[in-house]
Amino acid sequence: MPLVESLNVLREIRGDDEAVLTVMGTAREWMALGELHPLDWIYVPSSMGQAPSLGLGMALAQPDKQIIVCNGDGCMLMNLGTLVTIANQAPSNYTLIIFDNGIYEITGGQPTPATSGESPLVDHPALARAAGFQQVFVFDRLDDWMESARDVIDAPGPTFVHLSIAPVPGAVGPRSPSPAPPRAVEFGKALQG
Amino acid sequence: MFSANQVVDLLQELSFTHVVTIPDSTLGQWENDLKACESIDYVGVCREGEAWAVAAGLHLGGATPLVLIQCTGLFESGDSLRNALFDYRLPLFAMIGYRSFLNQSTLPGDTCLTFTEPILDAWGMDWALYDNAENTPEQLEAIAAQCLRCREADMPGVALVAEGRA
Repeated sequence: MPLVESLNVLREIRGDDEAVLTVMGTAREWMALGELHPLDWIYVPSSMGQAPSLGLGMALAQPDKQIIVCNGDGCMLMNLGTLVTIANQAPSNYTLIIFDNGIYEITGGQPTPATSGESPLVDHPALARAAGFQQVFVFDRLDDWMESARDVIDAPGPTFVHLSIAPVPGAVGPRSPSPAPPRAVEFGKALQG
Repeated sequence: MFSANQVVDLLQELSFTHVVTIPDSTLGQWENDLKACESIDYVGVCREGEAWAVAAGLHLGGATPLVLIQCTGLFESGDSLRNALFDYRLPLFAMIGYRSFLNQSTLPGDTCLTFTEPILDAWGMDWALYDNAENTPEQLEAIAAQCLRCREADMPGVALVAEGRA
């Protein structure tokens, strides 16, 4: 499914008190979809791989707020242990969505070590299940994702969602929408509000 | 150097809400008491880089986390630490075990002794070494004072705690 449309589904169903973390390609397209919400965390600049861990901390600190992390497959591979950490902490207000295009998109489209040609070598949902996630959902078609997205977010977490995404040829990396430290302060206020 | 009771009392006095950690043979001796402490949540992570990111999320959510790792984990943490402490300027505080500082019998020539302090200097953080095993009350008071000083200045800090075993 196309990245932009898959993110737009989330944007359409997202509740006003739900935080959405985006990084790399998801951050670039999320910003392009329109005005940002106070609970949008554009994780740019990032430490590649750390978005799920960052979201875990938010979920533990604010158990009454839903935390939705939009991560890439390359980012996920960089920090697979966090699947175990998240499952161990088991926050019910936490959803991790993997937008899997099989490549490092913003560096020129090189395949990740989890990909051979156009074939995936790694079963990400199986990794999540093996790490201890009880709620695992897989969507290959946009219509199915659109139909189920709200129910998936509402399921008691921690929840793992795998979306098969078409690469965006020639895509570039995201830019920070504004200086990072003041954004952290403002986002913190919104998250604690 | 410190007993588990002393550490738990210190962290409670400083109002830490979460300890984000991977144990080593010294820090691990505090684990049961930390887990038993009702006012502190124990968050075990799988690698130390995760610890800084989880602590960053906790801080953004209004909690007061402590990162508790060994100095080898500091070496592993580089990019995550850089992002949280410098890109976003989050004033996270850490206690870092200084492997082999008091006793090199297990790992003679341990290069932790070569790299730990220069790396903390390179990050430019407020850090201090606590290595006086004979006077733990004074050392604990000094850690508390350092932590409060960092909070007042809204800056990150590291209490480097000397360890005796690998």
